Amino acid sequence: MTTLLIPLADAEPGNQALTISLFTAVVAVTLYITWWASRQNKTTADYYAGGRSFSGAQNGLAVAGDYMSAASFLGISGQIALYGYDGFLYSIGFLVAWLVALLLVAELLRNSGRFTMADQLAFRMKQRPVRTAAASSTIVVSIFYLLAQMVGAGSLVGLLLGVKSEGLKAGVIVLVGALMIIYVTIGGMKGTTWVQIVKAVLLMTGTLLITFLVLLKFDFNPSKLLGAAAANSGKGEAFLQPGLLYGKDLTGQIDFLSLGLALVLGTAGLPHILIRFYTVPDSRSARRSVQWAIGLIGSFYLMTLALGFGAAALLDTGKDSAVAGSKGNTASVLLAEMVGGGPDSLGGAILLALIAAVAFATILAVVAGLTLTSASSFAHDLYVNVLRSEDSAKGKVTEKNEIRVARFAAIGIGAVAIGLAIPAQKLNIAFLVALAFAVAASANLPALLFNLFWRRFNTSGAVWSIYGGLTSAVVLVIFSPVVSGKPTSMITGADFAWFPLSNPGIVSIPLGFLLGVVGTYLGRDKTSTARYNELSVRALTGAGAEGPAKH
Amino acid sequence: MSEETGHEREARAYEAVHEAADFQELKRRYKNFVVPWTVAFMVWYLAYVACNNWARDFMSHQVVGHINVALIFGLLQFVSTFAIAFVYGRFANRKLDPLASGLNAKYKRERRR
Repeated sequence: MTTLLIPLADAEPGNQALTISLFTAVVAVTLYITWWASRQNKTTADYYAGGRSFSGAQNGLAVAGDYMSAASFLGISGQIALYGYDGFLYSIGFLVAWLVALLLVAELLRNSGRFTMADQLAFRMKQRPVRTAAASSTIVVSIFYLLAQMVGAGSLVGLLLGVKSEGLKAGVIVLVGALMIIYVTIGGMKGTTWVQIVKAVLLMTGTLLITFLVLLKFDFNPSKLLGAAAANSGKGEAFLQPGLLYGKDLTGQIDFLSLGLALVLGTAGLPHILIRFYTVPDSRSARRSVQWAIGLIGSFYLMTLALGFGAAALLDTGKDSAVAGSKGNTASVLLAEMVGGGPDSLGGAILLALIAAVAFATILAVVAGLTLTSASSFAHDLYVNVLRSEDSAKGKVTEKNEIRVARFAAIGIGAVAIGLAIPAQKLNIAFLVALAFAVAASANLPALLFNLFWRRFNTSGAVWSIYGGLTSAVVLVIFSPVVSGKPTSMITGADFAWFPLSNPGIVSIPLGFLLGVVGTYLGRDKTSTARYNELSVRALTGAGAEGPAKH
Repeated sequence: MSEETGHEREARAYEAVHEAADFQELKRRYKNFVVPWTVAFMVWYLAYVACNNWARDFMSHQVVGHINVALIFGLLQFVSTFAIAFVYGRFANRKLDPLASGLNAKYKRERRR
């Protein structure tokens, strides 16, 4: 598998060998975990939910591993390195969002669902329409997120290894795709979870080490670090104040508010995060998972502040610098090299290789989680409960059969993601992550919250809010400046943008909630309301909830 | 046939738990905690977002050395998130879990009857 990475031209051979051997180690360890986990996958609860036997702390690490993508590891510190204080704003929305998950979603979902987001809605609604709707938005959100990660992986690994050829970047995408398919088909949720745990530990340790070395250079005095960053950035105190990146005019300010809303409300509607709550034995451990995740993710974002401002203080971030050329993505890696002793030192080479390997592990863990989520939803929601639900002549789908379908779905989704990511390499598709958050907040969150807290809510309300939120978020983005009309748009040379904001949240989130209400009053099914008492008892007390698997 | 009666028994057990005074109390405690706290952290977060947009002079005010109001306000978002997560966990362990496990046991008894 390493043969894809070997023919490299312009980087120094010593560093290259070190980086490649660390990458290989990451691959070897994760493949071993996958093989080990595969021997324990017997039932659907094993395959989809890791036997529901992870502890709160383990799942908290896995949640953090699933959530902290390469975009947040390299992206946020890079944005801070280039734009100072404004680069820090993303991470605050990303963190506060976990309170929505903790207070309103995690425990109740754990008690009332089984394997997918749709399970929780299907508890009191008509199976086929709500499962189809929830599976559609699950798969759309996951594929958007997955594409952004995979295209990022191509350019990132290329950057880390000094690869410039498009063919080799495509090779990296194929390699990442193949690995994620292996983790998911063979390891299932158990394998994927352990890959995420290993990644979270690597990421936290690596970041802690670099943070320590940066702070050491500034005598552990944050003000000194900030002052050096402001001075070296060439922007002075403005570098530490709001306004370099967001909200330059009124449209920009509303756009920033819209982004803030999507970030804070999106997390608790991200399907790949939601299904992680099914991997623990009870709601108490689900609560512990989120508390662990908040602690880990919060500490991590605090460390990215040191990384970002450290990069601004110690590296050249001017117009023609390597950091600016990579849009900030290389800031952490080059910073690691710098604090390790500089470009020509052994320490620098070791730290650079280490952080590059951490970034690689990060990518692998996140894409595996996303692939598993879409495959689960395809097999469990669409295949078993929609396509085959009334196929009584052939009998009920067996668990073995269902797992087989999920595995094929993972291969299919992986192949589609690889196929889309290679041609998308040249496009600017970084907006897909923000779009995934907007869809999650506009389509999934209203349905989840109404289902849990509003007795009158029914099937048509759920269907309206999911399709309405999904469609409005996607359509508004298609007609926004991120897709056309600007030099930085995905499609250059055309202009069909009429929606002024890059982030649709401020319109699509209220619309998703509103359509949930309208749909509910237009719908007529009585059973949804009748089973509300059952749902609320189960959600709040855990009575009748799915227990851990017994082997 | 036997599956049908099983479903009915489950439904009856859920109804019995739903009617229990303890359940109404559990629901009341949960809502009285999460509603005000959710409103509070959303307002607090949106105030921070709004200040970044529309109160830049205030945010740019330096407090100690190069550390300004904006940075402190941002760090306070971290502090409040950690604090609310901690307070909720303690509240749920003490005030929600005992009621929930009692009701869970009641559900199991009712289903067997």
